[in-house]
Amino acid sequence: MSQTIRNPVYRKRLLAHRIGIALSVLAMSIGLIVLAWILSTLLIKGFGALSGQLFMADTPAPGSDGGGLRNAIVGSLLMVGLSTAISTPVGILAGIYLAEYGADNKFAQVTRFVTDIMLSAPSIVIGLFVYALYVAKVNHYSGYAGTIALSLIAVPVVVRTTDNMLRLVPNSLLEAAFALGAPRWKVAMLVRLRAVKAGVVTGVLLALARISGETAPLLFTALNNQFYSHDMNAPLSNLPTVIYQFAMSPYDNWRELAWGGALLVTFSVLLLNILSRTVFSQKTPN
Amino acid sequence: MSAHPPVAMTHMPDSTATDASHAAMHTTMRAQRIQDFFFHKITMLFAASVLLVLVGIIVSLVVGAAPAFRAFGPGFITSIEWDPVGNKYGALIAIVGTLSTSFIALLIAFPVSFGIALFLTEICPVWLRRPMGTAIELLAGVPSIIYGMWGLFVFAPLFADHVQPLLKHTLGQLPFIGPLFSGPTFGIGILTAGLILAVMIIPFISSVMRDVFEIVPTVLKESAYGLGCTKWEVVRKIVLPYTKTGVVGGVMLGLGRALGETMAVTFVIGNSNTLSWSLFAAGNSISSTLANEFGEAEKVLHVSSLYALALILFAITFIVLSAAKLMLAGMSRKEGVK
Repeated sequence: MSQTIRNPVYRKRLLAHRIGIALSVLAMSIGLIVLAWILSTLLIKGFGALSGQLFMADTPAPGSDGGGLRNAIVGSLLMVGLSTAISTPVGILAGIYLAEYGADNKFAQVTRFVTDIMLSAPSIVIGLFVYALYVAKVNHYSGYAGTIALSLIAVPVVVRTTDNMLRLVPNSLLEAAFALGAPRWKVAMLVRLRAVKAGVVTGVLLALARISGETAPLLFTALNNQFYSHDMNAPLSNLPTVIYQFAMSPYDNWRELAWGGALLVTFSVLLLNILSRTVFSQKTPN
Repeated sequence: MSAHPPVAMTHMPDSTATDASHAAMHTTMRAQRIQDFFFHKITMLFAASVLLVLVGIIVSLVVGAAPAFRAFGPGFITSIEWDPVGNKYGALIAIVGTLSTSFIALLIAFPVSFGIALFLTEICPVWLRRPMGTAIELLAGVPSIIYGMWGLFVFAPLFADHVQPLLKHTLGQLPFIGPLFSGPTFGIGILTAGLILAVMIIPFISSVMRDVFEIVPTVLKESAYGLGCTKWEVVRKIVLPYTKTGVVGGVMLGLGRALGETMAVTFVIGNSNTLSWSLFAAGNSISSTLANEFGEAEKVLHVSSLYALALILFAITFIVLSAAKLMLAGMSRKEGVK
């Protein structure tokens, strides 16, 4: 044994192994450190802005003191909520089609492929598309335009997870339902979809998390609004755009509000991410 | 699964069945067939809507970009002029900015992601795998704009004071690659944008690598261990060759993400229409140009040139992501024969 350890070839191999493992641990630490660094930055810089005023007051005019983010929070909630309401049924039905009829069907295969591409497609291009399709036609920015852009980003996320989850349902369960004489739509909606409810909810939560922080597609669609408004047919304030504008501004109170908004958005998004994981792991014993 | 549920099978000759119950069954069956027909078509319609959006994006970008391509021809792609005042536009600076920042990001993200995937699949104690994996995946959840703010206000000043001078005095003195690390050290620029992008794509690449590492048959790994291989040798000589296609697919997926990333890059790239050998210099990417100028562009040719940039970006990412998808599909077929 001691001869093996003194063997130069073996020592060289052991050294390579130790260096490799050390580098791997280093890579993992880099990831964890960056996450901790970003989150602590947000807490340190954004915590000061967290007060009742953040939720009660609207975004301040240039040069005026104080202010909050009420209009931006309301605008974001409106757009994200409406987008989720639109993209959930659309995504689930499209996902059902892919899982039900997609086994050996060219059209479904192409759709699945395109969905995967759209999942990672540049979101700013979606913004440009909605601008060309809608904003340029009606000639004004609006909350509806922002909602369309966010829905286009959310749908592929829901389609993908729904399709993946449905395909996990064992065939025996479906065959049992068919044997009772149930028509296909009942088997799909009342048996298959119900069996993976938690998984589908995961997909919706992930889509919600994804669109809550999206900024680029809102720049040319919802734009921004300095005042409180819940008119979806007019430019609508929203957190990401306000954060972008305020962070780049020369005013101290604007920058502080930007950090406060950043803290709010990031922790909501991360919370949704963690929530989606726990929903999924609790309901699917795997 | 069969295309149609065996509804007809329930229709058995039965001497006690009356004509009335036969008729009722036929009505039910017909109703169910009609319901299924509509179910098929309606879900198909929703699936088609995804395709329709893709076609819509391509058509609207092509239509929007047409005037710019008519005015400048293919020279649009190779010209470095971007002059809204003189109404002359070329895409080269933005294309170079997009490609160079994404390339830097890959160069850094690939080894780090490999290390993370290796740690999570082979080294980490089992009870720690879930929390550690979740932490890395949370990096993907942090919104792009947050990376931008953190990059500009926290990372860039430190980078300018401590790292850039160091690089300048070491790598900057070498022949050939020296010019890449020269010039004033402001903290923002192509290199910083590449670094931030690297952090943003690490969770995507490492999660794909993790998935493909896990499909390597245990028999293969254990045979290697049985021959006396170290863990590192098993990973380098068994796991990595077996999962080559999947690893490359994951890297391509990360590249696709990096190419289209907008807000983070807009914050830290410096937004200047210049082309320089120095990685410390400010530049512009396709997405940052769009974010900065599209809202304010008024001249027809300016707007159209921005659509042309978006079309180029969409085409590049489409090709990269398709390649990634095809490679990963090849990998999952391998999983089937395990």
